Amino acid sequence: MNLKAAARLGGRIGHFSIDGVRLPFREGQTIMAAAMEAGVYIPHLCYNPEFTPHGSCRLCVVRSNGRHLAACTTPAAEGLEVESHTDELQEQRRELLQMLFVEGNHVCPACEKSGACQLQAVAYYCGMLAPELTYFYPQRTVDASHPDIAIDYNRCILCELCVRASREADGKNVFSIADRGIHAHLQINSSTGKLRDSDLEVTDKAAHVCPTGAILPRNLGYNIPIGKRPYDQKPISLAGDVADHEESS
Amino acid sequence: MSQRIRIATTSLAGCFGCHMSFLDIDERLIELSEKIEFDRTPLTDIKTLGHCDIGLIEGGMGNTENYELLREFREKCDILVSMGACAINGGIPAMRNSFTLKECLETAYVEGVGVTDPQIPGDPEIPLPLNKIHPLHEVVKIDYFLPGCPPPAEMFWTFLNQLLNGQPIEFTYSQIHYD
Repeated sequence: MNLKAAARLGGRIGHFSIDGVRLPFREGQTIMAAAMEAGVYIPHLCYNPEFTPHGSCRLCVVRSNGRHLAACTTPAAEGLEVESHTDELQEQRRELLQMLFVEGNHVCPACEKSGACQLQAVAYYCGMLAPELTYFYPQRTVDASHPDIAIDYNRCILCELCVRASREADGKNVFSIADRGIHAHLQINSSTGKLRDSDLEVTDKAAHVCPTGAILPRNLGYNIPIGKRPYDQKPISLAGDVADHEESS
Repeated sequence: MSQRIRIATTSLAGCFGCHMSFLDIDERLIELSEKIEFDRTPLTDIKTLGHCDIGLIEGGMGNTENYELLREFREKCDILVSMGACAINGGIPAMRNSFTLKECLETAYVEGVGVTDPQIPGDPEIPLPLNKIHPLHEVVKIDYFLPGCPPPAEMFWTFLNQLLNGQPIEFTYSQIHYD
């Protein structure tokens, strides 16, 4: 597997298991990081290996020693036995996904991200046929003030990847989450709250990490036609995360 | 007395795209017709609804007539299926949920481009629009969901065959999509 690569990077090597499959990990690595490196897919939305784990979407919750743990924030440990792809956890993931879908306004047929959207792809992977909850239909806006990047707040799932990317990779502070609980929402840190008055540029990492169609670089939405997009072809477990594809689009 | 499975279909706040996709099973319709027969459906133009084994509904609930028809389908169909994005989450018509009904009607009938004699229709024969579009499962119990805009023909074929044969409903990855 990636043992040699891991050894090159340094750190003591240990082993743990996910669903009975033995995997190596380097000391300090999380369950998610080790799984990803070994090519074992654990569903996730707020995790991106480039940024500090956030542990908020809860889709990567796995079971070990009778406890539920977020794989993206829990360190792997020698001999740890992890369950991920069980009926119970997949059902729990479908419920979480349903909540994400009804909480925003996710109109896939009208979204230019459709087929390349991680929310959609994880829901496909987990076998969600439909959200069976009551829809919130929240009143949210679209910010099309920036010449190169648009934000559709209807599709934001508060994963904070843009917040982290802006701070950690771009050395800026364009995004933050304002308010709490059901009122929590993405906020632009500019004098007017508009994107055009922020220092976000289309070359920034933060413009390319959104797992949904909330933050979209403009003028390339349909370069890849519907039906030919990553998750139209392959499940996310094989196609990889949105951020991997965003770079090449 | 026929032993064939009786199916009814209708479109509420939908575009009939799901019905068109269903027809895309093409010549397999002939094979299917040996096992099923249609009750009320736009495919046969039968207007009254009798007792059915399966009811397939596309479109969300957007007006008073939709509501009455949805209740009648639930009453008369043993198995009720939400087919397509609009039935499942309101779909494109539900994008009007961000606006008030007044704004929608005024945009279409008063301020719309090319509108002459602007007035909001008020004929008693026209069903009253509801304030919002609702997914079907918020109003009646739905037994199965077929996502897609429209659900692919293969999904209809898989679903009906598995249902008619008493098998668990399982779709392949390529059959499940929301767009």
